[in-house]
Parts: sequence; C-alpha cells; structure tokens
Amino acid sequence: MMGNILVLAEHRQGSLREITFEMLAIAPQLSSDMGGEAVVLLIGSGVDEMAVKIASYGVKVLVIDDPLFEDFNGEKYQKVISAVIDDLKPSVVMTGHTAQGVDFMPPLAVEKRLPLVMEAIALEYTDGALKATRQLYSGKVNAIVAFKPADTYLVTIREGIAEAPEITTAGPVEKINTPLKEDLDYRKFVEYIEAEVGDVDITQSDILVAIGRGLKEDKNLPLIEELAKAVKADIAGSRAATDAGWISQDRQVGTSGKTVKPKLYIAMGISGAFQHVAGMKGAKTVVAINKDPEAPIFNVADYAIVEDMFKVVPKLTEKLKELKS
Amino acid sequence: MKTFVCIKYVPDTSEAEVKVNPDGVTVDSSRFSFDINDADNYAVEESVLIKEARGGDITVASIGPKQSDVMIRMAMAKGCDQAIRVEDDRIAGHDPLIVARVLAGAIKGHECDLVLTGCMAGDDGHMATGAALAEELGFNHATMVKKLEILDGKVKAYRELEGGLMEVVELALPAVLTIQTGINEPRYAPIRGIREAQKKELKVVNLEDLGLDPNDVDAEASGVILEQLYIPEIESAAEFIEGEPDEKAEKLASILVKGGLV
Repeated sequence: MMGNILVLAEHRQGSLREITFEMLAIAPQLSSDMGGEAVVLLIGSGVDEMAVKIASYGVKVLVIDDPLFEDFNGEKYQKVISAVIDDLKPSVVMTGHTAQGVDFMPPLAVEKRLPLVMEAIALEYTDGALKATRQLYSGKVNAIVAFKPADTYLVTIREGIAEAPEITTAGPVEKINTPLKEDLDYRKFVEYIEAEVGDVDITQSDILVAIGRGLKEDKNLPLIEELAKAVKADIAGSRAATDAGWISQDRQVGTSGKTVKPKLYIAMGISGAFQHVAGMKGAKTVVAINKDPEAPIFNVADYAIVEDMFKVVPKLTEKLKELKS
Repeated sequence: MKTFVCIKYVPDTSEAEVKVNPDGVTVDSSRFSFDINDADNYAVEESVLIKEARGGDITVASIGPKQSDVMIRMAMAKGCDQAIRVEDDRIAGHDPLIVARVLAGAIKGHECDLVLTGCMAGDDGHMATGAALAEELGFNHATMVKKLEILDGKVKAYRELEGGLMEVVELALPAVLTIQTGINEPRYAPIRGIREAQKKELKVVNLEDLGLDPNDVDAEASGVILEQLYIPEIESAAEFIEGEPDEKAEKLASILVKGGLV
C-alpha cells in the first residue's frame, strides 16, 4: 500500500535482535509522513512469542511461521520478501544493516530492479521524495542520497541509531502462508560456531588500553604493554588490530567483537569507525589519542589528545608510573 | 578452479582529514595515497591460496583509472594470472548495484566457478556489491566470509556475524563470496612475481567492449542520486588537552591519577 513501510524483524538463536526495535522507533513516523503505516514481517519457525513481543510496540505483525525458516538463509529471505513485495506493494522495505540484511538486500534489489540505500543513519520524506543520510570513509564524510521515484525503496538501517520506543497498545498479529514451499538445495545452513574464549575476558576489565591501525607495526606493541602494565589495564583493540595479529580475536571491541563498559577506555590510533564505537561507547570515561583532529573517536571521548600516539605514550607511561608510586 | 577476484582502488583515509570538493559530491583525494581496498586484499590472498591448493586460474576484475594498474599488477605478482580493468567515465560508481552490473559484464561469457571480493570498501562502505554481483550472474553467494573450504562442487563458507558468532553455510558452485578482513595473512609480492606480473595480460576495456549498454549503467540508470557530501560536525564534548607532546602526556597522566581513574 502507498506509504506503507515493511520492516523486517531480525532474530537469531531464538531471540529478537535489538535492531528490530530500533527500526520501530523510525518506521512508524516515516510511514506516517509517507501516508501509510509500518508493518513488521517476521519470518521464522515457532515464533509466536516474538510476534506478540513485536506487536506490543503498537504495530501490525505479519508472521510467516514454517520449519523452512528454522535458521536464517539469505536466499530464502530474498524469495519470501520478493513475493511479499509483489503482494503488499510497500513503499519501503527496511531491514537492519547487519550480517543478515547485507546478505539478501542487494540481491533483492537486483532481482526486483529497485533502488537501494545501504546503512542509512537517517531517513526523511519531504516533498514526495525519500532521502537517506549515510556515511563514507569510516564516518568522516556524510552523504545525502535521494531515491528517484520508484514503487518500492529498499534501505538497510545502521544498528544503534535509534532507541526502542515505548510499549503501547498491541497491534494485530496476522499469519500469512509461506510463499516458499520447498527447501533449497543450493544454499544450506550448517551450524553456528560460538566465538572462542580467550585468556582474558575484556568485558570484565576495569581499564582497557585499546589499539588500532595507528600502532602501525607489532614492534610497537611493547610500548602499549608497558602503559597497560603501569595502570593495570588489559589490552584490547579494533578490527584492524585483530587483522594485523597484534591482539587475539577475543580482545576485539566492536560490532563483530565484544561490547565493553570499562571504567576507563584509552583508545590509541583508533579512528573510531562506527563498528568500533558501537562496542565501547558505554565506557565510563574515554581517552582518545589520534593524530587526525577529525577522527570520529573524539565524538565519544571525554579527554582528547590530537597527536601522534608515539609522541605521547612513552611520556604518559613514565608520568603515570611516577605519580602512582 | 576458475576464480575471479574483484578489487577496488581506494584512498587511504585512516589517518587523514577528508575534505569535500566545491562540487559538493566528490572528496578532494589529491593528497591521499591510493591502494587496494583492505578487504579486497584479503580476497586476492584467498584466491591465491585456493589456486595453490587446487590449481586453476585467477582473473582480476576492477573498475578504475589507469593509476590502479599498479594495484592490479601487484595482485598478479602475488599469483593472479590475468586482469581486466574497466575504465569508463559513464559508470555511476556511487551506486553499488551499477558497479555490480558492470563487474558482471566483465565476468559473463568467461568460465567461472568462484568470485571473491572484499565484503566492504573502505571508501563508500555499502557492503552491497558482491551480493548484488551474485544476483547479476545467477550465482549463489555468502557475505562476510571469514573462513572457507572448497568441497566437491560446493563451498563451505563461515560467515562472521555480530558478536564474533560464525554462521556456517554450504553453497553449490558457482558462487560469489564476499571476504572479511582477517581471513588470512596477505603476503607481500615476491620480487620474481613482480617481474613476471609485467608480462601478464591486463586488458583495458570500456562498456562497449563488454557489450554493455551505457544507458544501463550511467547516472540515469541508477535509482539513487548522490545529492550532497558534507563533513559531519565533531560533536565532541571532550576536553582537548593542548601543548607540546610531552606536556599533553603529563597533563593527561595527572588528570587520570588525580581523577582516580587509574
């Protein structure tokens, strides 16, 4: 229907993911601006409870409940959503910019020849046009992207840009038949593998000294280790630090790693891409050292030093040792 | 195994300030150094590892300017066999669906079992091109792959999900996999490889050479318009510590100790 927004509920291992509720803070207002309403599509197997929970936010929930959807499968989701678009003709299909959303939204856009914006951080409908704000260069540049008029706009939403709204009068839950009748033989879910547990659980650390791409080489690690030792901190880092092998996977902070809430987080040579910040913005105090004054990490810092980390860290360690002795 | 690896030439902005040009829709990249997109570098390595283990042939596909030949030669120095570079100003590069259509044009008509590409580009970061490319080619796909195993006519892909969880899926070949950083340790190109790469074929083509209709891949064909770029305001509530490097360090140390933070 004109103006309707179809929001795809996201869940994994029996739980709804937070992005589902975050989208419910965005879609109802936007759909009302567009002259329609927000409708949630929940695809799964044995998901009655989830449906009720989503409906409690005051939206209509369409449920496709079938053993075929026991586990996530991007190909199946694409087929189902494609059929639902034909049937309901929503003006917008909205999903999370997550490992699920990025797997089926681009192929869906190609299949249906529909315009797509990935990882919107804001959406606005004015004068009949839908515009999205998204980020380039790891958050250093914002872009306003306008959709050209189309029957349906596809958009993925960045995680954490909105907070779940208040629960209100429950909306209706309606079961619909699965448009997909048979299992697929060309893409099969095999299993989930849980993250490895390491020697230190950084989610329990009081103080974290975190490193990023700015460390440059592993021969610079002792400098960081000495600082960490001086303040009894554990070492953590960004994806770049993990990829370079400077820290183990279980010490990675961010969307694909851990979410940490230490008392003190010292970020060094970390630019502060969204994926990292999502994992550490809950820290009580954040110190950021980065030589780029425009580094997004400074947005979440309490104390900031714009400087090459190597010019600061040795003296910082020395002074901390002196003051603490 | 016939593999295509799709790579992009991107500016390194990790420690640089980015400025928007007066046109409002491009950034001033004159001061940046360009190189292979980080995730694509891992895709190249993975393609070479597969070739070393199972034999076969790797073709690099890229859309970009002449300057990016350096990057393409480097991939060939590491073990890729030939390359095709699409250079055409008419391509609406801001739309990953268009980019996927052009890459598909470069791959179609060739024998191909597997396509690897990075799961995200460091510049525009859509995370869409690889999965869209799969649809254009009619191939299976898996995104954000952190480990893979080639089986008989199939590939087992380990997708990296949020929170460090992995989702293992099995796909029938041919397939497109978008590679996540950290899947392997990209090698440095060996000297001998660098010499040999100069002799390998690097074909430069335009849209007509690929049999693509420019009207299908230009700005008109895109469903989205890049209206404006701007630098987001740093909404920092931080106390910026000023002074010479040593002074900054001393001031910070005293704030941390006096504030009872350490």
